[in-house]
Amino acid sequence: MTNGWNDIANSDCILVIGANCAENHPAAFGHIMTAKARGAKLISVDPRFTRTSAKADIYAPLRSGTDIAFINGMIKYVIDDIERNPSNYIMTYILEYTNAPFLINPDFKGPAELDGIFSGLNADARSYNTATWQYQLDENGVPKRDKTLKDPNCVFQLMKKHLSRYDVDKVSKITGTPKDVYLEICKTFAATGKTGKAGNILYAMGTTQHTHGTQNIRAYAILSLLLANIGVSGGGIYAMRGEHNVQGSTDMALLAHILPGYLGIVINKDVTLQDYLKRLTPTTKDPLSANWWGNYPKYVVSLLKAWYGNGATKDNDFGFGYLPKVSGNATALHSWIPLFEAMNKGTIKGLFCFGQNPAVGGPNSNLERGAMDKLEWLVVADLWETETAAFWKRPGTNPVNIKTEVFVLPAACHYEKEGTVSNSSRWVQWRYKAANPPGEAMADLEIIDELGRKIKEVYKSGGKYTDPILKMTWDNGHPASSDKVLREINGHDLTTGKLVTNFVSLKDDGTTSCGEWVYCGCYNEEGNFTKRRDLNDTPYKIGLYSKWTWCWPLNRRVVYNRASVDLNGEPWDKEHPVIWWKDGKWTGDVPDGGFPPMSVDPKATRLPFIMRNEGVARLFGMGLADGPFPEHYEPWESPVKNPMSGTQINPTCIIGASAPGQRGTSDKYPYVATTYRLVEHWQTGPMSRNLSWLCELQPDMFVEISEELAKEKGVANGGKVIVESARGQFEAIALVTKRLKPMNVDGKVIHEIGMPWHWGYSGLVTGPSANVLTPHVGDANTAIPEYKAFLCNLKKA
Amino acid sequence: MAEKAILFDSTKCTACRGCMVACKQWWGLEGEKTQNFGSYENPPDLTYNTWIKMKFTEIESKRTGGVDWLFTRRSCMHCTDAACVKVCPSGALYHAPLGNVAYNNDLCTGCGYCAEFCPFNVPKLQGGAATVIRKMNKCIMCIDRISNNQEPSCVKTCPTDALVFGARQNLVNTGKERVQELKSTYPNAYLYGEKELGGLHVMYVLTQLPQVHALPTNPEVPVTAIAWKDVLKPAGYALAGLAVIGLGLNYLAARANANAKAESKSKH
Repeated sequence: MTNGWNDIANSDCILVIGANCAENHPAAFGHIMTAKARGAKLISVDPRFTRTSAKADIYAPLRSGTDIAFINGMIKYVIDDIERNPSNYIMTYILEYTNAPFLINPDFKGPAELDGIFSGLNADARSYNTATWQYQLDENGVPKRDKTLKDPNCVFQLMKKHLSRYDVDKVSKITGTPKDVYLEICKTFAATGKTGKAGNILYAMGTTQHTHGTQNIRAYAILSLLLANIGVSGGGIYAMRGEHNVQGSTDMALLAHILPGYLGIVINKDVTLQDYLKRLTPTTKDPLSANWWGNYPKYVVSLLKAWYGNGATKDNDFGFGYLPKVSGNATALHSWIPLFEAMNKGTIKGLFCFGQNPAVGGPNSNLERGAMDKLEWLVVADLWETETAAFWKRPGTNPVNIKTEVFVLPAACHYEKEGTVSNSSRWVQWRYKAANPPGEAMADLEIIDELGRKIKEVYKSGGKYTDPILKMTWDNGHPASSDKVLREINGHDLTTGKLVTNFVSLKDDGTTSCGEWVYCGCYNEEGNFTKRRDLNDTPYKIGLYSKWTWCWPLNRRVVYNRASVDLNGEPWDKEHPVIWWKDGKWTGDVPDGGFPPMSVDPKATRLPFIMRNEGVARLFGMGLADGPFPEHYEPWESPVKNPMSGTQINPTCIIGASAPGQRGTSDKYPYVATTYRLVEHWQTGPMSRNLSWLCELQPDMFVEISEELAKEKGVANGGKVIVESARGQFEAIALVTKRLKPMNVDGKVIHEIGMPWHWGYSGLVTGPSANVLTPHVGDANTAIPEYKAFLCNLKKA
Repeated sequence: MAEKAILFDSTKCTACRGCMVACKQWWGLEGEKTQNFGSYENPPDLTYNTWIKMKFTEIESKRTGGVDWLFTRRSCMHCTDAACVKVCPSGALYHAPLGNVAYNNDLCTGCGYCAEFCPFNVPKLQGGAATVIRKMNKCIMCIDRISNNQEPSCVKTCPTDALVFGARQNLVNTGKERVQELKSTYPNAYLYGEKELGGLHVMYVLTQLPQVHALPTNPEVPVTAIAWKDVLKPAGYALAGLAVIGLGLNYLAARANANAKAESKSKH
């Protein structure tokens, strides 16, 4: 997230959309309550009236999968209002810190002209050629700008044209949100555009788990930028992580398309390190752009030095050739859905699951459990015998027919091992061990370490291309030490042997090592900063707590913070200053690049968004697979024809090989369904369905339905219903509630039903898994499955 | 020593039910076997092993969405005018110096009068004639913690400060201020427990009338309980001395039961 949990308390308006933090981030809700006590407004947008909605000042229902229409309408409201009342907004921010004035290639065309698509689509390849999505450059190669915002090809005008179609009537028609509530939300949130006011947007899986999930977030970014809410205290966009260390696992590249530190995965066209660096290192000709990613070579070479040590030399490209390479779009080829499709086909023969329970958590569970039947071996490291570990004896299966060899490794829980966890605020915090693990249980690190040693031993006896394994450094201590690993992550100056101070000192000549450049600085010669526990909040007392643990990058608590000040370095909000230029230097948080303010030293200054080679934030974003602006598409399964255009679904979304044969239509499956979590249970349930105190609170799988639908179907509250999608079905308890209401969508009455996904066939309490219903389709950029909007039918059991 | 209390602000409660789990964890109470009965609520009621539960109430509302979802704590209210203390024949139940109602388990005879007379239906018994002697159980406001300057475990775990522990008089003031703030949005906002039963040691900031939150509007100690304390209790001891305790108490329990039922009928 851009800001940190504590900073929620400084907000004037908190928009919770695609999230239900009262249930899924209950501790964070304390910060919301602090903000509310200061007079902040809380807005909850959700298909269901949730425990978060119960505390909200304004609640709006929306049909699952229509967030883009909802937010685009809000952006249109803001743009119209900016033109009417520019003094209610920070125009300097919009003109100087975003690409609103940048001119785009005149050949660019958007959905308004092309019936729902952008220029450059190759429909068969399901991908875009982005040649027209680029800036116009002047004779020096610097992007052209029109600061009057009048040029028809400037981003502001293109955006205005794109969004003109998202008027209140159209938005309401798509989302099912009543117009009066919608306008109240637009007005309330737009009020945070005023100088000194700040609004934030809190999201989670309700936003991401769609075939257009990334564009949902893009819409939040555009709205936030126009309201000057990025970089400021009380503002920002909150990616509320669903696990205590999911931020850490992302940072360490537990994803198909990146290496640690958000460096790109290697593709088979990157024959040499130079090819790879040339492809990925951005350049700029704008003298005002810091272009921080220009440091790419330093981070990659230092990573290779951490991995291969003395085996990484200039002569062998620092071991670049040892890295595995993918043959194309890594997300489309190697993320969750394609991996399980490949297991199903028998291409992948073995699977390691560390703290993962795909038998309950993956989409289309029947397919994914069946895919596991085809594995030769499966290793599960977990605290309990999860559904995944027990897949071979699941209900309806004869173990005799399953040949998979299953190894269950008992793992230590988080209080039984030491090491860091990185929370949503990007704080990397050391956690001490409180108790010894029971029996033979071991920490994940020890398990991996033992495995690594064994693999190295086996490779010593020969085989094909053994160098990538044998040359790899594997010096974690014995027993493996988290402290040692954190030092390796931080990195060393290899000429002195000392820990490097931060990533500014990293080099591309092989004299430094660093296992994850954004973590560089967490552990230096002054000590392990992740162990710091200093509660002083200086100097501006906005809750940064800069000496409490350590935060990436460079201990910067609010990223993009140079947008929180005007051109002279004075904060927009002097009550909650993040940074402030005083007596020739920055005070407060660690500034985004230490450059002086733009008006103070126009030569030495650099534009504030240092991670972009144009130096400003992108309202028009050319980096995504599915378009530079968010456009409304219907979910893969939808009860209506797209009211916005003739393009029904995201033309570049990831469609699993099995999906087209299992696609439900609204004649058979008329109801929109969505899945979610409850505060009482944790993810797929092993950690909560094995604890009687939590089981008693939520013992059974249930389906929430409106009183109206219950009446239509003759279903009584507490009675049983059968829910069915094109992929599976189950029986569960009906929870009939006033908190779900039928929606009016494009003139049709649409019923939405909701269900938690915590249950499975292992544990103290068991029940059907919601994911037997969900489809094998995913977002165009991340391939995250569309768990949040699909079609189903429901009848009385 | 100044009396202590818990203030429950229903407007800050998100019904995460961490309080319920923290209570069971601190006291080592068993989890119940439950079934979903068409609600987020469970266990269905307080029991010998469940000393707090959250009540979920859906109501029609003029707020956006047309609905409101009320979360109300259900646990011992630690009354000043405590019926359970009045009727307890063995003196097991008593007022601790900080104002909370505690009990001495060794003295509890399992007679069940506390359960019969409590206007909030809080004390619960376990055990029976066929097994062992029945015992009563209920919240004692973590007497071990509060007498060592710690908050009760439910308060300690509450992430939104919907539960606050402190000097009763301070909390009365906080509660009244909060009610004033809420009045413009919720005209029926009310501080429950300031005056009820001589002052409760668990007070609630409510947005609706008490009965909407499933709380009795004017809780009273039944007249029979007062009569019991002053007249029948000495007789009870005498009966115990005469070793006809089973017969005598059963008779009294039956009477009390009938009276309580008549009482509650006349209220509704």
